[in-house]
Amino acid sequence: MVSEVLDIAVRLVVIVVVFLALPLVVGQMEHKAMAHMQSRLGPMYAGRFHGWAQLIADGVKFVQKEDVIPAAADRRVFALAPAVALVPYLVVLVVIPVGPGLFGVDLDAGLFFVLAVMGVGVLGAIMAGWASANKYSMLGGMRAAAQLVSYELPLVLAASSVAMAAGTLSLNGIVEQWRWWWLPWQAIGGVVFFVAGLAELRRPPFDMPIAESEIIMGPMTEYTGLRFALFMLAEYAGIVVLSALTTVLFLGGWHGPLLPGPVWTLLKVLALAFVVIWVRVSYPRLREDQLQKLAWVGLVPLALLQLALTGVVKLAL
Amino acid sequence: MARIPGEGLAKGLAVTLKHMVRKSVTQQYPEVHPDLPPRSRGVIALVEENCTVCMLCARECPDWCIYIDSHKETLPAPEGGRPRARNVLDRFAIDFSLCMYCGICVEVCPFDALFWAPEFEYAEYDIRDLLHEKDRLGEWVESVPPPPPHEVGAEPPKEAAAAASRPARGPAGHTGGEPAGAEPAGPGRSRAEGAGGAGRSSETARPGAAAGSGPAEAAAVPGAAEAGAPTETSEAAAGTDQPGAEGGTRAAAGRAGADRGTRARREAPRGPAAIRAIRPPGALPQRPSAPGGPGPSETPETSRPPGPSETPESPEASGPPGAPEPPRPPEPSRPSEPSRPPEASGTAGPSGEAEREPAESPGADSADSTEGGPAGREAPARRESPRALRNVRSIRPPGSLPKKDAPPDQGGDA
Repeated sequence: MVSEVLDIAVRLVVIVVVFLALPLVVGQMEHKAMAHMQSRLGPMYAGRFHGWAQLIADGVKFVQKEDVIPAAADRRVFALAPAVALVPYLVVLVVIPVGPGLFGVDLDAGLFFVLAVMGVGVLGAIMAGWASANKYSMLGGMRAAAQLVSYELPLVLAASSVAMAAGTLSLNGIVEQWRWWWLPWQAIGGVVFFVAGLAELRRPPFDMPIAESEIIMGPMTEYTGLRFALFMLAEYAGIVVLSALTTVLFLGGWHGPLLPGPVWTLLKVLALAFVVIWVRVSYPRLREDQLQKLAWVGLVPLALLQLALTGVVKLAL
Repeated sequence: MARIPGEGLAKGLAVTLKHMVRKSVTQQYPEVHPDLPPRSRGVIALVEENCTVCMLCARECPDWCIYIDSHKETLPAPEGGRPRARNVLDRFAIDFSLCMYCGICVEVCPFDALFWAPEFEYAEYDIRDLLHEKDRLGEWVESVPPPPPHEVGAEPPKEAAAAASRPARGPAGHTGGEPAGAEPAGPGRSRAEGAGGAGRSSETARPGAAAGSGPAEAAAVPGAAEAGAPTETSEAAAGTDQPGAEGGTRAAAGRAGADRGTRARREAPRGPAAIRAIRPPGALPQRPSAPGGPGPSETPETSRPPGPSETPESPEASGPPGAPEPPRPPEPSRPSEPSRPPEASGTAGPSGEAEREPAESPGADSADSTEGGPAGREAPARRESPRALRNVRSIRPPGSLPKKDAPPDQGGDA
């Protein structure tokens, strides 16, 4: 009994530590990679060596700032929104397997759980947009909602394709079932899942909800200090979770030659995080109508195609 | 040409990836000083010694951000001529809060006193602190980069040509035209006074002393170390006899000539200063001719006799005139006299008397120590001035000015 509790405690602590550390790593990577892609150097001062402590310095700065809540805001919803945006990603991390037997919890309906909880994350943005009593926040919140509705469908369809192929909803089971030839087989689904996930995270080029050139910062317009930092942290945690999910579902998780499983998982997650940053730097923001068109005209049919392909191949085997 | 779907997306990714691998263009400024091109307009540096207070920069400045104060100092002519006035720079300040870095002042400065320096870290917290005085402007001279070399096959720089032609005329200008050389320099001034005072008793020694003081200054400007020796020789020469004095002057002149060869730029202020003594160029040489109407060409010769000791010099003195004969015509040209009187209102009177005096009574100089003496010297001084002028002209488009002078002269003669 005691050992069970201890086991759970250790797993949770590790997950929390990873949850706090990885987004910072990704954030730092974004700082530096984006800077070099733009022929800059990026942060160079904080921490002396190539600005490694820049995000820590940012955090300290955010903590020091005044916590402003607009007079007309719905105070409780306003205060709750950052937590709603952040916590789902922490919860998702619990079920993601890092190596053989290395996971927080192995849920039978793991994939279902993950997709459901990730959808909650978007609620944070909608709540923030509603509670801020600001027209820009409101517009951003509505855009986030529209985006959620559009992209949740291809995301779920692509994920269900993998579930069909593996014959299980358990993330651990999916990775165990994974074979290398799934890579070409599920390629379309992988791309659709990744792109739809990006849109769900409201990362550029799908950052219409926070398009700063038209609606300031969207749902985050009225947020300051620590609450704003939590939103940013949620964004980077979202990148980690999306990369981890794509890794687990489409890239075979811990499978890989030579290196131990967890290292492979980490490498794949970081590579995908780099792609997220890379795409962000390379492409301009999509217009709202282009955004919707891409989902309904591009991704949904592709996801359906993948689903059909998966079904045909599964039946043929 | 069928486009592959997603080709543009891939291209975009390739561009950013290429840039990431490439070296970034960021200049880490405070840590790494930027490598500025040699013609960077950072700040304006002042070479104070070269400034002659001609005010061209202040006048041309579109922002009126250059402030110049000066006073006049009169120097007793070394040779006993009319006391010479020269400008002394008291204040030279540039208000960099007004300056728009057009560089007109640098371009317009005829004496190479202003330069662009690539220094740019002179920001201040108070806008009033951006008014920088000459000492601060002088500090920046050290960072002035050497001018970029000329392109291969380009014409040789004008300065080099001028420097090559100057030494030939320079020594002659100094030994023959002592007054011109004696005027400008600061350190030599007191010495010239001393020498003049000592030499006044014995007239014959005076020219030698004056000649000594001229080169002494030439040496004093470039380096203080050299200044000592020539002054001693000149003082010694003033006390004793002429041959020794002339020996001293020769040596000093030789040294000055060597200096001139090496530091042509240092020499530059000298020429301009000499010009100022002549002020309206081309006009002054005629001044002696105006009062001494009957003998314009004779006055120089008559004035020379008082210094028979100059015989060793006279070859030199007469040497240069031989070469620059063409510009000499301005002297005989009388038609331009009418323009003279207004200018010469103050000075022409005494000088006119002075010229007659030496012609009539060479010995009268000694009696008239204050007035006649200096005035008597003036005649040769002025006669010599065109030579100094010629030196200056060699800096400008060479050969063009004498031609310009000649036509009016000929017209006048005609």
